[in-house]
Amino acid sequence: MGEVLLARWQFGITSTYHFLFVPLTLGLSILLAVMETMYVRTGNELYKKMAQFWGKLFLINFALGVVTGLVQEFQFGMNWSEYSRFMGDIFGAPLALEALSAFYLESTFIGLWVFGWERLSKTLHAAAIWIVAFASNLSALWILVANSFMQNPVGYAIRNGRAEMTDFGAVLANPYVWNQFPHVLLSGLATAGVFIMAISAYHLLRHSNPDFFRPSFKLGLTCALIASLAVAGAGHRQAQFLAQAQPMKLAAMEALWETADPAPLALYASIDEEKQANSVELGVPYALSLMVYNSPAGEVKGLKAVQADYAARFGPGNYIPDVTPVFWSFRIMVAAGLWLIAVTLAGAYWLRQGRPDGSRWILQAAVWSLPVPYIANSAGWFVTEAGRQPWIVYGLQQVEQAVSPVVSAAAIWTSLLGFTLLYGGLAVVGLYLMVRIARQGPAEKPELEVTSSKGVALWN
Amino acid sequence: MELNVLWFILIAVLFMGFFFLEGFDYGVGMLLPFLGRTDTERRLLINSIGPVWDGNEVWMITAGGAMFAAFPHMYATLFSGFYLALFLMLVALILRGIAFEFRSKQPGPAWRGTWDWMIFGGSLVPALLWGVAVTNLLQGVPIDSRMQYAGTFFDLLSPYTLAGGLAFLFVFAYHGAAYLTLKVEGELVDRAREAALRLGVPAAVMCLGLVALTHLQTDLFNWPAAGVLLYLAVAGFAGSYAAMAARRFGWAFIGSSLTIVLTTVALFTGLFPRLMVSSLNPAWSLTIVNAASSPYTLKIMTIAALTLVPVVLAYQAWTYWVFRKRVSARHLEY
Repeated sequence: MGEVLLARWQFGITSTYHFLFVPLTLGLSILLAVMETMYVRTGNELYKKMAQFWGKLFLINFALGVVTGLVQEFQFGMNWSEYSRFMGDIFGAPLALEALSAFYLESTFIGLWVFGWERLSKTLHAAAIWIVAFASNLSALWILVANSFMQNPVGYAIRNGRAEMTDFGAVLANPYVWNQFPHVLLSGLATAGVFIMAISAYHLLRHSNPDFFRPSFKLGLTCALIASLAVAGAGHRQAQFLAQAQPMKLAAMEALWETADPAPLALYASIDEEKQANSVELGVPYALSLMVYNSPAGEVKGLKAVQADYAARFGPGNYIPDVTPVFWSFRIMVAAGLWLIAVTLAGAYWLRQGRPDGSRWILQAAVWSLPVPYIANSAGWFVTEAGRQPWIVYGLQQVEQAVSPVVSAAAIWTSLLGFTLLYGGLAVVGLYLMVRIARQGPAEKPELEVTSSKGVALWN
Repeated sequence: MELNVLWFILIAVLFMGFFFLEGFDYGVGMLLPFLGRTDTERRLLINSIGPVWDGNEVWMITAGGAMFAAFPHMYATLFSGFYLALFLMLVALILRGIAFEFRSKQPGPAWRGTWDWMIFGGSLVPALLWGVAVTNLLQGVPIDSRMQYAGTFFDLLSPYTLAGGLAFLFVFAYHGAAYLTLKVEGELVDRAREAALRLGVPAAVMCLGLVALTHLQTDLFNWPAAGVLLYLAVAGFAGSYAAMAARRFGWAFIGSSLTIVLTTVALFTGLFPRLMVSSLNPAWSLTIVNAASSPYTLKIMTIAALTLVPVVLAYQAWTYWVFRKRVSARHLEY
């Protein structure tokens, strides 16, 4: 493998792995804040216990997210130095702002939250987790501002051989961000809702600690239901936006080779990328036009037409991404989303019937839903990132031009294998701990307490 | 142009904060297996930095992000050039961060011992590598006319940079011991003091070695101010050691803090206006002019940094205030 492919593998592996932990942090921090606020407002110890038990699982996930995030901060320079030179003027700003405005807050207040149960007033302690929730989601916004520039460059000029920022307001107001951010935020909430719902269902099936897990189940289910419905809505808007911003990606998601009006929504396609055609297709007529334009008529550009258009604008070359994996990843994401909507709707209906743990099959479906949001999150990012190939910055720089020229294949092999083995090991240990703690349920004994006495005497 | 200077200063300040703050938590990490003889003691040592180490580490992340935003060529050249060193450091930091969170989740001594040694290694390796990295910036590394690093991993290792690495390692370990004398109780304080007095000797030797080699290997002393600061840093260390011996722990910690802060300021002053010295041709060095972002981006970032940094300082200081008391074991359950 050449350097470019190795560097891509490393970025793909480390980013996908990092993003296994991020959505849960985004969503669960908010739910923890809700639980603790309920504790502060009602004084009911149950909510404190909830915040502490789910908080324990949160912290393991949080730690894994933080340490894998370290790699993200540095690997643009490590493996993509020419990208960093070309884009630093724009891309560096949101990254630095993310650290200044979000990482400091998040890391400082999580320390206060973990060690401050006895040290802070109830209200202040609840405020600490609200700040963590705010900061986590703010950091997601900043990194999406950066990512959105790569997808849809705005507010820049090409000067001195690089992209220079000319309008920070435009970079922030990039419509790509405001279509992408709600989708990410809501998928975080859906992930957290399903996480709580699934683990609670596991305990309800075994009748262990129902007084604790029934309210948890309700909270998780409610959050998962609302968020997975809303995430579908946000995704729908995003796809409509893609039709204008990145017609190539939309066409690849649908394996639509020829421009069509009205365009069908593909359910299945047997894709032949060599011949640039699908040998077998199964689709719903009019449906894609309907999705994109809210009307049964409307032209959706095909891959070949966009290719011809890009070749005319950017010079000869192949601008079509790998259609098959993009097409199927998109379907996996949508199917995962529909599964969650179905399970949570059924769960909500049955909760309204007033039989909290009567139906085993719904609880079982809830348990089996645990991996589903993770599959949806990873598949969604795969569509976003694989769908923009061969560009690293849409229309401005291709992936091949972005890689570090001084980093040898041997060096990348070293780090690629190193990170993969390390991440694999961490996954095993992290999963083992989370499963153990999740199975154990909330502790009856008070947590480890380290108290302090005596003030510091600086001049003793 | 003024903004380029301001950003050079801001990045120096970020590194200063990083070395000063994470210096002691690396130090505590390195001392952990030696000072903590029982599980409770180790838990206490970890809890002395527990609420703050993550926030301290963000100083490093912010320094990296600020470098990307203000001097993207430095970000690109440094991290692609020092690739394997950075990879090692990231592995160490990942294991360290995870170890803090995972160690107490299982009771077995083998489990906890393993993570404690990860904390040790995860603190020692970055301390050493940052010393090597910073001295390399000043000594110069092979950077070609296209701003690309033209050497290998082993070109980063020279007597000077190794002295830099060991000086950072021992001073951070000492600094951690000084921090602990203020944060723990009873016998642990005596043990921390003893460790500081022992570590102080190699730390002083490496500091003096670093100063001597800085004379020989770099042009830092062309800037009288930088030279003075470097000697003041050494004096600060001597003062700290004397205070430690006299059990004046507050002064000892102030002294080690001054050593770290003044050394950082001295090295950056000696570097100015360069960011990375090229050993191939002085004209190929990365400077605050040729490596910088556009004036517009620097302006935006200046507004953001000057607004946010004071706020960050305020709430981080408040956190230290909340956790100002010594950590002690009264209800240790495990």
